[in-house]
Amino acid sequence: MTSYLQLTGISKTYGTFAALSKVDLAVDKGEFITFLGPSGSGKTTTLMIIAGFEKASTGDVLIDGGSITAMAPHERNIGIVFQNYGLFPHKRAIENVYFPLQMRGAARAEGLRKAAAMLDLVGLKDLGSRYPKELSGGQQQRVALARALVFEPSLLLLDEPLGALDKNLREQMQIEIKRIQRALGVTTVFVTHDQSEAMSMSDRIVVFDKGRIEQAATPLDIYHRPQTKFVAGFVGESNLIEAVVTDAGSRLATSPALGEIEYAPSETAAPGKPVMLMIRPEHIRLSRRPIEGRRNAAMKIETIVNYGDNALVIGNSSGVPMRVRVLGADVVILKEGDDCHISWMPDAVFPITA
Amino acid sequence: MQASITRLTERPTLWPWLLLTPLALYLAIFFVVPLVDVVVMSFTEPKPTLSNYTHVLTGALYQRVFINTFATALLVTVVCLVVGYPLAYLMTRVSPRSAMLILTLVTMSFWTSFLVRTYAWMVLLGDSGPIIALVRALGVQDPPHLLFTRFSSTLAMVHILAPYMIMNIYSVMRKIDPVLIRSAQSLGAKSGSLFRHVYLPLTAPGIANGSVLVFVICLGFYVTPVLLGSPREQMIAGLIGHQIDEFLAFGLGSAMAVVLLLITLTILTIYHRRFGLDKLWG
Ligand SMILES: Nc1ncnc2c1ncn2[C@@H]1O[C@H](COP(=O)(O)OP(=O)(O)OP(=O)(O)O)[C@@H](O)[C@H]1O
Ligand SMILES: [Mg+2]
Repeated sequence: MTSYLQLTGISKTYGTFAALSKVDLAVDKGEFITFLGPSGSGKTTTLMIIAGFEKASTGDVLIDGGSITAMAPHERNIGIVFQNYGLFPHKRAIENVYFPLQMRGAARAEGLRKAAAMLDLVGLKDLGSRYPKELSGGQQQRVALARALVFEPSLLLLDEPLGALDKNLREQMQIEIKRIQRALGVTTVFVTHDQSEAMSMSDRIVVFDKGRIEQAATPLDIYHRPQTKFVAGFVGESNLIEAVVTDAGSRLATSPALGEIEYAPSETAAPGKPVMLMIRPEHIRLSRRPIEGRRNAAMKIETIVNYGDNALVIGNSSGVPMRVRVLGADVVILKEGDDCHISWMPDAVFPITA
Repeated sequence: MQASITRLTERPTLWPWLLLTPLALYLAIFFVVPLVDVVVMSFTEPKPTLSNYTHVLTGALYQRVFINTFATALLVTVVCLVVGYPLAYLMTRVSPRSAMLILTLVTMSFWTSFLVRTYAWMVLLGDSGPIIALVRALGVQDPPHLLFTRFSSTLAMVHILAPYMIMNIYSVMRKIDPVLIRSAQSLGAKSGSLFRHVYLPLTAPGIANGSVLVFVICLGFYVTPVLLGSPREQMIAGLIGHQIDEFLAFGLGSAMAVVLLLITLTILTIYHRRFGLDKLWG
């Protein structure tokens, strides 16, 4: 089966600077894909190449098996929502939504009816006659979304559409966008550098760094089975322990600082191979005394960062900085400078070989 | 206590107005007083009647000159728009350096004196000037006169007024968010409909500003039409000057000036209702 949207060997250079190098990606029909990565990692560039506003230096973009590389942006039938929405200030909300239909030669009455139905779908039934500047940020966002969807695009691209909204509205819009995307079944590429947004919305997350795709996988895989050190460090909090695989059969690696550590099943770990052992802070248990049946290590607490319902305890275990997530009542009795023990199960230790 | 706080907070709001005094005095002495004088004269010279106005509003000569004035101002405005719009667009598309260069060239006519410019046109367009010579050299037997025609005065007025149009339109074009253009393209707009449905409406304020400015300034043009235009196609300011210089008809001249002023104010009022005068100056 071929994928719906395909990027093959996309590179983009500005002068001597490589903004993208050898990006390959395949997206299935109806999939919700999120580009996640630090600022300047090439997310927008990739999106603009798909939309046709930037020309790739090499490589090809295919939709439904056919190359669209030679097409002008207006021929591509791709809906885009920009970060600042790009609503036409001289047109009312309904006229903004009607615009793509007008461009496709729709009859006015029929087009306006469709536009009204789309405004209804995004929850703006009664606000069609307002001008963009008479709408709140979240409402403008919805108009932009309706406008990008009303012509049944083959693809929906969203470049940090929620960046300008406050936290509550952001969460509300995340749910909204997901609902609408599911209802219409449109293949969607969403750009963000907010990882919780990426986690909660996506079928698959594509992590970018320095113009390369580091990993493309489901949110759970990205979180629990990061393929590279960058992904492990970028997504969520993590402890990374340098070690060398000593016994692949019994899944043992040795860290110069912490000694022998057992890790979770892995296909890529081979004897003698240097690895990074990743343990998420919430998978480590903090206790006064060592706990039987678990791998224990002594730790001195250095800093406690309190978040209310939980706290991040940062300490030092034989020279290795360790972060531990502590919940509820435990937060109260901990003090900076305390000596304690940390422990974890082998399943919580994920070896990263790249 | 309360009083002193009030004093303290009031003081700074008064100061800025004080700074306006010299300008206000200047305007009062050199603008308001003569203007009032003109209005008074229009009713009292030579005798206190309304006859100056009945003349101006019903006399065939005056009507023709008013109509000619408006026709000329309209023509100049349209030509300025047709020439200025593409140039302003060009300025938004080239590098900032080139845009500055174009802007300098465009506003060059501001740096040269009014009269020098006008006489330069006389030399250029005159019967023994380079343009006629060129036309002759190309084999045209009896080339048309260029100077002292509607053509020469329109050309010179466009040259003087085009910068107002260009700068107004350019300032609006430059502020257009490129994302709007990209949005329109992604939504399926080809260049023609992109221009018609998005770019043109977005630049409309610049067109309106520039046009009103050019039109209103053109209505009162004196030197250029008098020196370069056809004597048979006078504009109102020229006629006013003529009446006063030749016939010492102060009352009639004043009445024409008042009518012109009222018409200009009406245009500006209508414009203000529609767009807001504050936008006129960018
Ligand atoms: N026109 C350009 N000329 C030169 N360099 C550019 C140009 N456009 C983008 N770049 C560079 O390409 C790199 C990728 O930019 P891009 O906008 O794709 O990043 P991004 O991942 O979207 O970042 P952000 O999260 O900040 O939006 C950046 O280093 C940027 O400076
Ligand atoms: Mg970006």
